[in-house]
Amino acid sequence: MRINTIRINNFAGSLVPKLRSFLNTVFIGGLLFATPALAADPDFTLTIKDHRFEPAELRVPAGKKIRLLVKNLDPTAEEFESHDLKREKVIPGRSETTFTIGPLKPGTYKFVGEFHESTAKGSLIAK
Amino acid sequence: MLATAVIVLREVLEAALVVSIVLAATRGVPGRGSWVSFGIAGGVLGAVTVAVFADALAAGVSGLGQEIFNASVLFVAVVMLGWHNVWMTRHGRELASNLNSVGAAVRGGTKPLYMLAVVVMLAVLREGSELVLFLYGIATSGPRQSVELAGGFAFGLLGGITLSLAMYFGLLSVPAKRLFTVTGWLILLLAAGMAAQGAAFLVQADILPALGDAVWDTSPLIADGSLLGRLLHTLVGYTARPYGIQIGFYVATLVVLLLLMKLFAQNQPPIRRQSVPL
Repeated sequence: MRINTIRINNFAGSLVPKLRSFLNTVFIGGLLFATPALAADPDFTLTIKDHRFEPAELRVPAGKKIRLLVKNLDPTAEEFESHDLKREKVIPGRSETTFTIGPLKPGTYKFVGEFHESTAKGSLIAK
Repeated sequence: MLATAVIVLREVLEAALVVSIVLAATRGVPGRGSWVSFGIAGGVLGAVTVAVFADALAAGVSGLGQEIFNASVLFVAVVMLGWHNVWMTRHGRELASNLNSVGAAVRGGTKPLYMLAVVVMLAVLREGSELVLFLYGIATSGPRQSVELAGGFAFGLLGGITLSLAMYFGLLSVPAKRLFTVTGWLILLLAAGMAAQGAAFLVQADILPALGDAVWDTSPLIADGSLLGRLLHTLVGYTARPYGIQIGFYVATLVVLLLLMKLFAQNQPPIRRQSVPL
C-alpha cells in the first residue's frame, strides 16, 4: 500500500489529476488488497471490561499500519467510536474485533465506547 | 436519563432527517403516508433483526461483515435517492403544477414511492440496530434501569421527531414551485454524503485506500461529534477530517447524478417548456 501514501501528498492538485489519481489508486489499491501485507505487523490489544478500556492509554508506533484487537469482555455490546481515528464499530458482548489503523502521524487519538461514554474513554498515542 | 436520551437522539437524528426530507419530497403524492410508515416499520423490524444477529454479522466476512453491511446499505440508499431524483427531473414539474391546482394532485399517484420507502427503511435500519443494542445493554444491566431506559428512549425519540417536524415544516414553507428543486438538491447532497460515508466504511475494512488521511481538518471549527457536526454530516455529508477517497466518492456521486438528471431532463417532450411562464 506504499503507493497510496505517496499519492496523499499530490492530492491538493487540480480536479482532473485528482480524479485520475483517485481512479488509479482505486484500481491499484484493489489489486493490492489481496496481499497479506498485515501479517508481519505488530498487534495491540485493548480490553473493555465494566465499560472501561484497559489500558486507557495505548502507545503505538507512528508511520505504520497496525492491527488493533479490541476485546469486549462485558456481556453487553459496546460501540467503539473514534472521530480522531475515523472508526466506528459495534462490538457485541463477549466478542472481539480487529481494526486496521494507520499509518498514523505522531499524536494522540482519542476513542470512546459510545454506549458508555462517561466511563469508556481512552486514547492511542502514536510515536 | 439525559445521557440515554442524548444517545437515543443521536441515533434517531439521521433517520428523522431522512424521513422529513422524504416527506417533503413527496408532498402532494397520495399514499405517501403509508409508504413512509411501511418504510419505518420495515426499518424497525430490520434493526431488531440486525441487532439480534449482531454477533454473526460482526464475525462475518472475516470480521468485516459490519463494515461491508453498512457500506452496502448506504450504497443502496444512494442508488435509490439518485433514481428518485432522475425520476423527478422527468415528472417533477408536472407534480409541482399539480400542487398548485386543487385536487389535481391525485395524478401524482403514479410516482414510484417504493424507492423512497426503501431509503427510509435503510436509514431506520442502520441507525436503529445500534440503538437496539444500546437499549438492550441498559435493559439487561439491572432492574433500576427500566426508568432510565423508558425515559431516555421517550425523550430521545421525542427530540428526533421534533427535529424532523421542524425540518419538514421548514421545507413546506418553500413555495410549491420551488419545493421539488429544493428537495432535489437536499436529496442529491444526502446521496453524496451517504456515498462518502460508505467509502469510509470500506476504508475502515481496509478494502479501499484512504488516499489521504485528512485532506483538511475543520474539527476546531465544527467537531464531528457536535450536534451541528452531526446535523451537517447527515444533511451534506460533513466530515471534519475527510479521507481523500471520501471526497472522490462525494464528487463522483454529485457529478454522475447531475449528469443523469440532465440527460433525462433533455428527453422531456418540449410541451413542458411551454408551461413555464415567461
